[in-house]
Amino acid sequence: MSYAYFPGCSQQGMAAEFDRSARSVCDRLGIALSEIPDWVCCGATPAHATSHLLSIALPALTLAKVKDADAVATVCAACYSRLRIASHELREDAELRARVKEAAGVECAGEVPVRHLLDILCNDLGVAAIRERVKRPLAGLKVACYYGCLLMRPPKVVAFDDPENPRVMDEVLAAAGAECVEWPYKTECCGASLSLARPDVVCKLANDILREARDAGAHVIAVACPLCHTNLDLRQADVARQYGVRYEMPVLFFTQLLGLALGVPEKGLGLNRLIVSPKPVLEKLAAA
Amino acid sequence: MKLGSVAREKTRSGFLAEVRRRSGTNPADCYQCGKCTAGCPLTFAGDLDPARVMRLVQLGQRDAVLQSRTIWLCASCETCTTRCPQEVDLASVMDALRIMAREAGLTQAAREVAIANAGLLGSVKSRGRVHEMMLVLQQNLRTLHLFRDAEKGPVLMLKGKMDPLGHKRGARDQVRRLFENVARMEAAERAASTTPRCACSDEGGEA
Repeated sequence: MSYAYFPGCSQQGMAAEFDRSARSVCDRLGIALSEIPDWVCCGATPAHATSHLLSIALPALTLAKVKDADAVATVCAACYSRLRIASHELREDAELRARVKEAAGVECAGEVPVRHLLDILCNDLGVAAIRERVKRPLAGLKVACYYGCLLMRPPKVVAFDDPENPRVMDEVLAAAGAECVEWPYKTECCGASLSLARPDVVCKLANDILREARDAGAHVIAVACPLCHTNLDLRQADVARQYGVRYEMPVLFFTQLLGLALGVPEKGLGLNRLIVSPKPVLEKLAAA
Repeated sequence: MKLGSVAREKTRSGFLAEVRRRSGTNPADCYQCGKCTAGCPLTFAGDLDPARVMRLVQLGQRDAVLQSRTIWLCASCETCTTRCPQEVDLASVMDALRIMAREAGLTQAAREVAIANAGLLGSVKSRGRVHEMMLVLQQNLRTLHLFRDAEKGPVLMLKGKMDPLGHKRGARDQVRRLFENVARMEAAERAASTTPRCACSDEGGEA
Protein backbone atom coordinates (compact mmCIF):
# COMPACT_ATOMS: atom_id res chain seq x y z
CA MET A 1 0.00 0.00 0.00
CA SER A 2 1.22 3.52 -0.76
CA TYR A 3 -0.02 6.44 1.31
CA ALA A 4 -0.19 10.12 0.40
CA TYR A 5 0.45 11.82 3.73
CA PHE A 6 -1.45 14.93 4.86
CA PRO A 7 0.33 16.32 7.97
CA GLY A 8 -2.07 19.20 8.75
CA CYS A 9 -1.26 22.67 10.09
CA SER A 10 -0.92 21.88 13.81
CA GLN A 11 1.57 19.14 13.00
CA GLN A 12 4.04 21.72 11.74
CA GLY A 13 3.51 24.00 14.74
CA MET A 14 2.10 23.23 18.17
CA ALA A 15 1.96 19.48 17.57
CA ALA A 16 5.12 18.94 15.51
CA GLU A 17 5.88 15.99 17.81
CA PHE A 18 2.74 14.24 16.49
CA ASP A 19 4.09 14.50 12.94
CA ARG A 20 7.59 13.50 13.98
CA SER A 21 6.50 10.48 16.03
CA ALA A 22 4.04 9.37 13.35
CA ARG A 23 6.78 9.41 10.71
CA SER A 24 9.17 7.56 13.04
CA VAL A 25 6.59 4.89 13.85
CA CYS A 26 5.64 4.39 10.20
CA ASP A 27 9.30 4.12 9.31
CA ARG A 28 9.80 1.37 11.90
CA LEU A 29 6.70 -0.47 10.74
CA GLY A 30 7.51 -0.25 7.04
CA ILE A 31 4.58 2.02 6.21
CA ALA A 32 5.66 4.35 3.38
CA LEU A 33 4.28 7.88 3.70
CA SER A 34 4.89 10.44 0.99
CA GLU A 35 3.81 13.96 1.88
CA ILE A 36 1.30 15.59 -0.46
CA PRO A 37 3.18 18.45 -2.13
CA ASP A 38 1.93 21.96 -1.37
CA TRP A 39 -1.05 20.75 0.68
CA VAL A 40 -3.37 23.36 2.19
CA CYS A 41 -5.34 23.67 5.43
CA CYS A 42 -8.53 21.55 5.67
CA GLY A 43 -10.44 24.64 6.86
CA ALA A 44 -11.34 22.99 10.19
CA THR A 45 -14.51 24.08 12.01
CA PRO A 46 -14.34 27.76 10.99
CA ALA A 47 -14.77 26.75 7.33
CA HIS A 48 -17.85 24.56 7.77
CA ALA A 49 -19.35 27.08 10.20
CA THR A 50 -18.93 29.81 7.58
CA SER A 51 -19.56 28.28 4.17
CA HIS A 52 -20.40 24.75 3.08
CA LEU A 53 -18.79 25.28 -0.32
CA LEU A 54 -15.57 26.54 1.28
CA SER A 55 -15.48 23.56 3.66
CA ILE A 56 -15.49 21.14 0.71
CA ALA A 57 -13.41 23.18 -1.75
CA LEU A 58 -10.41 23.57 0.60
CA PRO A 59 -9.93 19.82 1.17
CA ALA A 60 -10.66 19.23 -2.54
CA LEU A 61 -7.71 21.43 -3.45
CA THR A 62 -5.41 19.13 -1.47
CA LEU A 63 -7.09 15.89 -2.52
CA ALA A 64 -6.70 16.87 -6.19
CA LYS A 65 -2.92 16.92 -5.69
CA VAL A 66 -2.86 13.24 -4.73
CA LYS A 67 -1.35 11.12 -7.46
CA ASP A 68 -0.65 7.40 -7.54
CA ALA A 69 -1.57 6.58 -3.95
CA ASP A 70 -3.86 3.91 -2.57
CA ALA A 71 -5.06 6.16 0.23
CA VAL A 72 -4.60 9.53 1.90
CA ALA A 73 -3.15 9.09 5.40
CA THR A 74 -3.91 11.59 8.15
CA VAL A 75 -2.95 11.73 11.82
CA CYS A 76 -5.08 14.64 13.10
CA ALA A 77 -8.66 13.57 13.87
CA ALA A 78 -10.02 16.95 12.80
CA CYS A 79 -8.21 17.00 9.42
CA TYR A 80 -9.29 13.38 8.97
CA SER A 81 -12.92 14.31 9.53
CA ARG A 82 -12.86 17.29 7.15
CA LEU A 83 -11.01 15.45 4.36
CA ARG A 84 -13.15 12.37 4.74
CA ILE A 85 -16.42 14.33 4.72
CA ALA A 86 -15.30 16.30 1.65
CA SER A 87 -14.35 13.19 -0.28
CA HIS A 88 -17.63 11.50 0.72
CA GLU A 89 -19.75 14.46 -0.43
CA LEU A 90 -17.76 14.85 -3.65
CA ARG A 91 -18.41 11.21 -4.49
CA GLU A 92 -22.15 11.47 -3.79
CA ASP A 93 -23.03 14.87 -5.24
CA ALA A 94 -22.35 15.73 -8.88
CA GLU A 95 -23.68 19.28 -8.53
CA LEU A 96 -21.34 19.95 -5.62
CA ARG A 97 -18.46 18.52 -7.68
CA ALA A 98 -19.17 21.07 -10.39
CA ARG A 99 -19.36 23.98 -7.92
CA VAL A 100 -16.11 22.87 -6.25
CA LYS A 101 -14.47 22.71 -9.65
CA GLU A 102 -15.50 26.29 -10.34
CA ALA A 103 -14.33 27.46 -6.89
CA ALA A 104 -11.09 25.54 -6.51
CA GLY A 105 -10.13 25.35 -10.17
CA VAL A 106 -9.39 21.63 -9.85
CA GLU A 107 -11.32 18.47 -10.46
CA CYS A 108 -11.80 16.12 -7.55
CA ALA A 109 -14.17 13.15 -7.48
CA GLY A 110 -13.15 11.99 -4.02
CA GLU A 111 -12.00 8.63 -5.28
CA VAL A 112 -8.89 8.11 -3.15
CA PRO A 113 -10.03 6.95 0.31
CA VAL A 114 -9.07 9.13 3.27
CA ARG A 115 -7.76 7.05 6.18
CA HIS A 116 -6.61 7.75 9.71
CA LEU A 117 -3.30 6.26 10.83
CA LEU A 118 -5.07 4.21 13.53
CA ASP A 119 -7.23 2.64 10.82
CA ILE A 120 -4.12 1.87 8.77
CA LEU A 121 -2.27 0.37 11.74
CA CYS A 122 -5.18 -1.82 12.76
CA ASN A 123 -6.67 -2.82 9.44
CA ASP A 124 -3.83 -2.69 6.87
CA LEU A 125 -0.85 -3.66 8.99
CA GLY A 126 -2.63 -5.51 11.80
CA VAL A 127 -1.86 -5.53 15.52
CA ALA A 128 -0.02 -8.87 15.26
CA ALA A 129 2.63 -7.21 13.07
CA ILE A 130 2.99 -4.42 15.63
CA ARG A 131 3.37 -6.91 18.48
CA GLU A 132 6.18 -8.67 16.59
CA ARG A 133 8.18 -5.46 16.30
CA VAL A 134 7.83 -4.28 19.91
CA LYS A 135 11.26 -3.98 21.54
CA ARG A 136 10.39 -2.33 24.87
CA PRO A 137 6.85 -3.30 25.89
CA LEU A 138 4.99 -0.64 27.88
CA ALA A 139 4.39 -3.20 30.64
CA GLY A 140 2.64 -1.79 33.69
CA LEU A 141 1.66 1.49 31.98
CA LYS A 142 -2.03 2.23 32.41
CA VAL A 143 -3.33 4.26 29.48
CA ALA A 144 -6.68 5.98 29.02
CA CYS A 145 -7.25 6.02 25.24
CA TYR A 146 -9.05 9.24 24.39
CA TYR A 147 -10.61 9.27 20.92
CA GLY A 148 -12.37 12.62 21.19
CA CYS A 149 -15.27 13.55 18.97
CA LEU A 150 -14.27 13.56 15.33
CA LEU A 151 -12.33 10.33 14.90
CA MET A 152 -15.50 8.22 14.96
CA ARG A 153 -18.26 10.66 14.10
CA PRO A 154 -20.49 10.97 12.20
CA PRO A 155 -20.52 7.17 11.72
CA LYS A 156 -22.17 7.37 8.29
CA VAL A 157 -19.05 9.02 6.95
CA VAL A 158 -15.99 8.52 9.12
CA ALA A 159 -16.24 5.54 11.42
CA PHE A 160 -13.93 2.57 11.16
CA ASP A 161 -14.94 1.39 14.62
CA ASP A 162 -17.83 1.53 17.10
CA PRO A 163 -18.67 5.26 17.49
CA GLU A 164 -19.75 4.85 21.13
CA ASN A 165 -17.03 2.49 22.35
CA PRO A 166 -14.13 2.45 19.90
CA ARG A 167 -11.31 -0.06 20.44
CA VAL A 168 -8.69 0.59 17.73
CA MET A 169 -6.36 2.75 19.83
CA ASP A 170 -6.75 0.38 22.79
CA GLU A 171 -5.77 -2.53 20.53
CA VAL A 172 -2.74 -0.76 19.07
CA LEU A 173 -1.43 0.28 22.49
CA ALA A 174 -2.24 -3.11 24.03
CA ALA A 175 -0.09 -4.62 21.26
CA ALA A 176 2.63 -2.23 22.48
CA GLY A 177 2.29 -3.83 25.91
CA ALA A 178 0.25 -1.14 27.68
CA GLU A 179 -2.74 -1.80 29.89
CA CYS A 180 -5.65 0.24 28.49
CA VAL A 181 -8.21 1.16 31.13
CA GLU A 182 -11.97 1.11 30.61
CA TRP A 183 -13.42 4.57 31.12
CA PRO A 184 -16.57 6.43 30.10
CA TYR A 185 -15.10 9.56 28.48
CA LYS A 186 -13.41 7.99 25.44
CA THR A 187 -15.49 9.94 22.93
CA GLU A 188 -16.61 12.97 24.94
CA CYS A 189 -15.71 16.27 23.27
CA CYS A 190 -12.95 18.51 24.70
CA GLY A 191 -14.44 21.61 23.04
CA ALA A 192 -11.51 21.84 20.63
CA SER A 193 -12.88 24.48 18.29
CA LEU A 194 -13.61 26.80 21.24
CA SER A 195 -10.07 26.78 22.61
CA LEU A 196 -9.26 30.24 21.33
CA ALA A 197 -12.62 31.93 21.87
CA ARG A 198 -13.85 30.37 25.11
CA PRO A 199 -11.04 28.84 27.18
CA ASP A 200 -13.34 28.87 30.23
CA VAL A 201 -15.71 26.45 28.49
CA VAL A 202 -12.83 24.25 27.37
CA CYS A 203 -11.48 24.07 30.94
CA LYS A 204 -14.75 22.59 32.21
CA LEU A 205 -14.67 19.89 29.52
CA ALA A 206 -10.94 19.21 30.02
CA ASN A 207 -11.44 18.94 33.78
CA ASP A 208 -14.17 16.32 33.31
CA ILE A 209 -11.98 14.26 30.98
CA LEU A 210 -8.85 14.49 33.16
CA ARG A 211 -10.85 13.59 36.28
CA GLU A 212 -12.43 10.52 34.67
CA ALA A 213 -9.06 9.30 33.35
CA ARG A 214 -7.46 9.72 36.78
CA ASP A 215 -10.38 7.98 38.52
CA ALA A 216 -10.08 5.07 36.10
CA GLY A 217 -6.51 4.64 37.34
CA ALA A 218 -4.72 5.86 34.21
CA HIS A 219 -1.08 6.97 34.41
CA VAL A 220 -1.29 8.77 31.08
CA ILE A 221 -3.86 9.76 28.45
CA ALA A 222 -3.26 8.87 24.78
CA VAL A 223 -4.76 11.12 22.08
CA ALA A 224 -5.05 11.21 18.29
CA CYS A 225 -5.75 14.92 17.76
CA PRO A 226 -3.58 18.02 18.27
CA LEU A 227 -6.57 20.07 19.49
CA CYS A 228 -7.45 17.49 22.15
CA HIS A 229 -3.77 17.50 23.06
CA THR A 230 -3.58 21.25 23.55
CA ASN A 231 -6.75 21.32 25.62
CA LEU A 232 -5.73 18.44 27.87
CA ASP A 233 -1.98 19.07 28.20
CA LEU A 234 -1.45 22.84 27.90
CA ARG A 235 -4.65 23.79 29.72
CA GLN A 236 -3.96 21.72 32.86
CA ALA A 237 -2.59 24.87 34.51
CA ASP A 238 -5.85 26.71 33.70
CA VAL A 239 -7.87 23.76 34.96
CA ALA A 240 -5.92 23.94 38.24
CA ARG A 241 -6.73 27.65 38.51
CA GLN A 242 -10.41 27.22 37.61
CA TYR A 243 -11.12 24.02 39.58
CA GLY A 244 -8.32 23.84 42.14
CA VAL A 245 -7.15 20.38 41.02
CA ARG A 246 -3.62 19.67 39.80
CA TYR A 247 -3.76 16.46 37.79
CA GLU A 248 -0.15 16.38 36.52
CA MET A 249 -1.49 13.88 34.01
CA PRO A 250 0.85 13.35 31.03
CA VAL A 251 -1.00 13.47 27.72
CA LEU A 252 0.82 11.78 24.83
CA PHE A 253 0.05 11.23 21.18
CA PHE A 254 -0.60 7.52 20.59
CA THR A 255 2.31 7.57 18.13
CA GLN A 256 4.70 8.66 20.91
CA LEU A 257 3.68 5.73 23.11
CA LEU A 258 3.86 3.29 20.23
CA GLY A 259 7.24 4.73 19.23
CA LEU A 260 8.60 4.16 22.75
CA ALA A 261 7.58 0.52 22.55
CA LEU A 262 9.11 0.12 19.08
CA GLY A 263 12.42 1.46 20.40
CA VAL A 264 12.38 4.77 18.51
CA PRO A 265 15.02 7.06 20.08
CA GLU A 266 13.59 9.96 22.06
CA LYS A 267 14.68 12.48 19.43
CA GLY A 268 12.26 10.89 17.00
CA LEU A 269 9.34 11.22 19.42
CA GLY A 270 9.59 14.76 20.80
CA LEU A 271 8.66 13.81 24.37
CA ASN A 272 10.49 16.90 25.64
CA ARG A 273 7.90 19.10 23.91
CA LEU A 274 5.04 17.97 26.17
CA ILE A 275 3.99 20.48 28.83
CA VAL A 276 3.25 17.89 31.53
CA SER A 277 6.35 15.73 31.41
CA PRO A 278 5.83 11.98 31.11
CA LYS A 279 9.36 11.35 32.43
CA PRO A 280 8.46 10.65 36.11
CA VAL A 281 5.85 8.07 35.09
CA LEU A 282 8.09 6.43 32.49
CA GLU A 283 11.11 6.33 34.82
CA LYS A 284 9.09 4.75 37.61
CA LEU A 285 7.94 2.15 35.10
CA ALA A 286 11.46 1.41 33.92
CA ALA A 287 12.66 1.01 37.52
CA ALA A 288 9.87 -1.40 38.46
CA MET B 1 -54.85 41.19 10.47
CA LYS B 2 -55.69 38.12 8.48
CA LEU B 3 -53.37 39.01 5.65
CA GLY B 4 -50.59 39.75 8.16
CA SER B 5 -50.88 36.39 9.83
CA VAL B 6 -50.88 34.57 6.49
CA ALA B 7 -47.72 36.42 5.52
CA ARG B 8 -46.19 35.57 8.92
CA GLU B 9 -47.00 31.90 8.41
CA LYS B 10 -45.25 31.98 5.08
CA THR B 11 -42.17 33.58 6.60
CA ARG B 12 -42.12 31.01 9.38
CA SER B 13 -42.40 27.98 7.15
CA GLY B 14 -39.94 29.76 4.87
CA PHE B 15 -37.37 29.71 7.69
CA LEU B 16 -37.82 25.98 8.26
CA ALA B 17 -37.54 25.37 4.51
CA GLU B 18 -34.39 27.45 4.28
CA VAL B 19 -32.73 25.61 7.18
CA ARG B 20 -33.73 22.34 5.53
CA ARG B 21 -32.29 23.37 2.18
CA ARG B 22 -29.03 24.67 3.60
CA SER B 23 -28.41 21.85 6.06
CA GLY B 24 -29.46 19.00 3.78
CA THR B 25 -31.47 17.47 6.62
CA ASN B 26 -35.07 17.89 7.76
CA PRO B 27 -35.54 19.53 11.19
CA ALA B 28 -39.28 18.75 10.94
CA ASP B 29 -38.43 15.08 11.56
CA CYS B 30 -37.42 15.91 15.14
CA TYR B 31 -40.02 14.55 17.62
CA GLN B 32 -38.43 16.14 20.69
CA CYS B 33 -37.12 13.01 22.42
CA GLY B 34 -34.23 15.03 23.87
CA LYS B 35 -31.48 12.51 23.13
CA CYS B 36 -29.38 15.25 21.50
CA THR B 37 -29.66 17.40 24.62
CA ALA B 38 -28.80 14.49 26.90
CA GLY B 39 -25.54 13.86 25.05
CA CYS B 40 -24.54 17.46 24.25
CA PRO B 41 -21.35 18.40 26.16
CA LEU B 42 -22.05 22.14 25.79
CA THR B 43 -25.52 22.49 27.30
CA PHE B 44 -24.00 24.04 30.44
CA ALA B 45 -22.69 26.98 28.41
CA GLY B 46 -25.49 27.64 25.92
CA ASP B 47 -28.74 29.53 26.31
CA LEU B 48 -30.87 27.00 24.36
CA ASP B 49 -30.41 23.24 24.42
CA PRO B 50 -30.21 21.45 21.04
CA ALA B 51 -33.72 19.98 21.18
CA ARG B 52 -35.09 23.46 21.89
CA VAL B 53 -33.22 24.83 18.88
CA MET B 54 -34.86 22.16 16.73
CA ARG B 55 -38.33 23.00 18.08
CA LEU B 56 -37.83 26.72 17.48
CA VAL B 57 -36.69 26.00 13.92
CA GLN B 58 -39.87 23.95 13.39
CA LEU B 59 -41.91 26.88 14.70
CA GLY B 60 -40.10 29.33 12.45
CA GLN B 61 -38.71 31.37 15.35
CA ARG B 62 -35.98 32.86 13.21
CA ASP B 63 -34.77 35.62 15.52
CA ALA B 64 -34.74 33.54 18.69
CA VAL B 65 -32.62 30.90 16.98
CA LEU B 66 -30.25 33.13 15.02
CA GLN B 67 -29.57 35.37 18.02
CA SER B 68 -28.90 32.51 20.42
CA ARG B 69 -25.50 31.81 21.93
CA THR B 70 -25.96 28.06 21.52
CA ILE B 71 -25.49 27.96 17.76
CA TRP B 72 -22.01 29.46 18.26
CA LEU B 73 -21.05 27.36 21.28
CA CYS B 74 -21.87 24.13 19.45
CA ALA B 75 -18.44 22.48 19.16
CA SER B 76 -19.46 20.40 16.11
CA CYS B 77 -18.66 17.21 18.01
CA GLU B 78 -21.45 15.39 16.15
CA THR B 79 -22.73 13.51 19.22
CA CYS B 80 -26.29 14.68 18.47
CA THR B 81 -26.07 13.69 14.81
CA THR B 82 -24.67 10.27 15.75
CA ARG B 83 -27.43 9.51 18.25
CA CYS B 84 -30.57 11.08 16.73
CA PRO B 85 -33.15 8.28 16.29
CA GLN B 86 -34.77 10.28 13.49
CA GLU B 87 -31.44 10.68 11.70
CA VAL B 88 -31.64 14.45 11.80
CA ASP B 89 -28.15 15.82 11.20
CA LEU B 90 -28.20 18.43 13.98
CA ALA B 91 -24.56 19.39 13.52
CA SER B 92 -25.36 20.42 9.93
CA VAL B 93 -28.38 22.37 11.16
CA MET B 94 -26.08 24.25 13.56
CA ASP B 95 -23.73 25.02 10.65
CA ALA B 96 -26.61 26.30 8.53
CA LEU B 97 -27.83 28.48 11.42
CA ARG B 98 -24.38 29.98 11.98
CA ILE B 99 -24.08 30.76 8.29
CA MET B 100 -27.54 32.37 8.25
CA ALA B 101 -26.80 34.34 11.43
CA ARG B 102 -23.57 35.63 9.95
CA GLU B 103 -25.29 36.67 6.72
CA ALA B 104 -27.90 38.53 8.80
CA GLY B 105 -25.18 40.24 10.84
CA LEU B 106 -26.37 38.49 14.03
CA THR B 107 -23.13 37.38 15.64
CA GLN B 108 -23.30 39.51 18.77
CA ALA B 109 -24.34 36.60 21.01
CA ALA B 110 -20.92 35.03 20.65
CA ARG B 111 -18.66 37.66 19.16
CA GLU B 112 -15.49 35.88 20.27
CA VAL B 113 -16.33 32.70 18.37
CA ALA B 114 -17.15 34.66 15.21
CA ILE B 115 -13.84 36.51 15.55
CA ALA B 116 -11.93 33.24 16.05
CA ASN B 117 -13.56 31.71 12.97
CA ALA B 118 -12.79 34.76 10.84
CA GLY B 119 -9.22 34.82 12.20
CA LEU B 120 -8.48 31.24 11.23
CA LEU B 121 -9.96 31.65 7.76
CA GLY B 122 -7.99 34.87 7.28
CA SER B 123 -4.81 33.00 8.12
CA VAL B 124 -5.65 30.22 5.65
CA LYS B 125 -6.59 32.74 2.94
CA SER B 126 -3.29 34.60 3.16
CA ARG B 127 -0.94 31.67 3.85
CA GLY B 128 -2.70 28.52 2.69
CA ARG B 129 -2.09 27.12 6.17
CA VAL B 130 -2.84 28.19 9.73
CA HIS B 131 -0.24 30.20 11.60
CA GLU B 132 -1.13 29.38 15.22
CA MET B 133 0.88 32.09 16.91
CA MET B 134 -0.58 34.82 14.70
CA LEU B 135 -4.02 33.43 15.43
CA VAL B 136 -3.64 33.84 19.20
CA LEU B 137 -2.19 37.35 18.88
CA GLN B 138 -4.96 38.48 16.51
CA GLN B 139 -7.69 37.00 18.69
CA ASN B 140 -6.41 38.81 21.77
CA LEU B 141 -6.11 42.10 19.90
CA ARG B 142 -9.55 41.88 18.33
CA THR B 143 -11.33 40.84 21.53
CA LEU B 144 -9.23 43.19 23.71
CA HIS B 145 -8.20 40.28 25.94
CA LEU B 146 -4.65 41.45 25.43
CA PHE B 147 -3.01 39.20 27.99
CA ARG B 148 -5.17 36.11 27.70
CA ASP B 149 -2.90 33.04 27.74
CA ALA B 150 0.08 35.43 27.68
CA GLU B 151 1.85 33.40 30.37
CA LYS B 152 1.86 30.44 28.00
CA GLY B 153 3.94 32.27 25.38
CA PRO B 154 7.37 31.75 26.99
CA VAL B 155 6.56 28.10 27.86
CA LEU B 156 5.51 27.37 24.30
CA MET B 157 8.55 29.12 22.84
CA LEU B 158 10.83 27.16 25.18
CA LYS B 159 9.22 23.89 24.13
CA GLY B 160 9.60 24.84 20.47
CA LYS B 161 5.83 24.74 20.04
CA MET B 162 5.63 28.32 18.83
CA ASP B 163 8.19 29.38 16.31
CA PRO B 164 7.51 32.85 14.90
CA LEU B 165 9.76 32.30 11.89
CA GLY B 166 9.51 28.61 11.15
CA HIS B 167 6.07 28.56 9.61
CA LYS B 168 5.52 26.96 6.22
CA ARG B 169 2.93 28.00 3.66
CA GLY B 170 0.99 26.08 1.04
CA ALA B 171 -0.36 26.91 -2.45
CA ARG B 172 -1.12 30.51 -1.51
CA ASP B 173 -2.25 31.77 -4.91
CA GLN B 174 -4.58 28.84 -5.47
CA VAL B 175 -6.08 29.31 -2.02
CA ARG B 176 -6.60 33.05 -2.43
CA ARG B 177 -8.38 32.49 -5.74
CA LEU B 178 -10.49 29.78 -4.11
CA PHE B 179 -11.66 32.14 -1.37
CA GLU B 180 -12.49 34.84 -3.92
CA ASN B 181 -14.40 32.39 -6.11
CA VAL B 182 -16.42 31.05 -3.17
CA ALA B 183 -17.38 34.58 -2.11
CA ARG B 184 -18.40 35.50 -5.67
CA MET B 185 -20.38 32.30 -6.26
CA GLU B 186 -22.20 32.49 -2.95
CA ALA B 187 -23.14 36.15 -3.42
CA ALA B 188 -24.64 35.25 -6.80
CA GLU B 189 -26.46 32.22 -5.38
CA ARG B 190 -27.84 34.31 -2.52
CA ALA B 191 -29.09 36.99 -4.86
CA ALA B 192 -30.80 34.36 -7.00
CA SER B 193 -32.50 32.62 -4.07
CA THR B 194 -33.64 35.64 -2.01
CA THR B 195 -35.26 37.80 -4.70
CA PRO B 196 -38.54 35.86 -5.11
CA ARG B 197 -38.90 35.16 -1.38
CA CYS B 198 -38.63 38.84 -0.43
CA ALA B 199 -41.23 39.77 -2.99
CA CYS B 200 -43.90 37.34 -1.79
CA SER B 201 -43.63 36.83 1.94
CA ASP B 202 -41.28 38.98 3.97
CA GLU B 203 -43.23 42.19 3.57
CA GLY B 204 -45.35 42.91 6.59
CA GLY B 205 -44.58 39.54 8.11
CA GLU B 206 -43.61 40.83 11.53
CA ALA B 207 -45.70 44.03 11.42
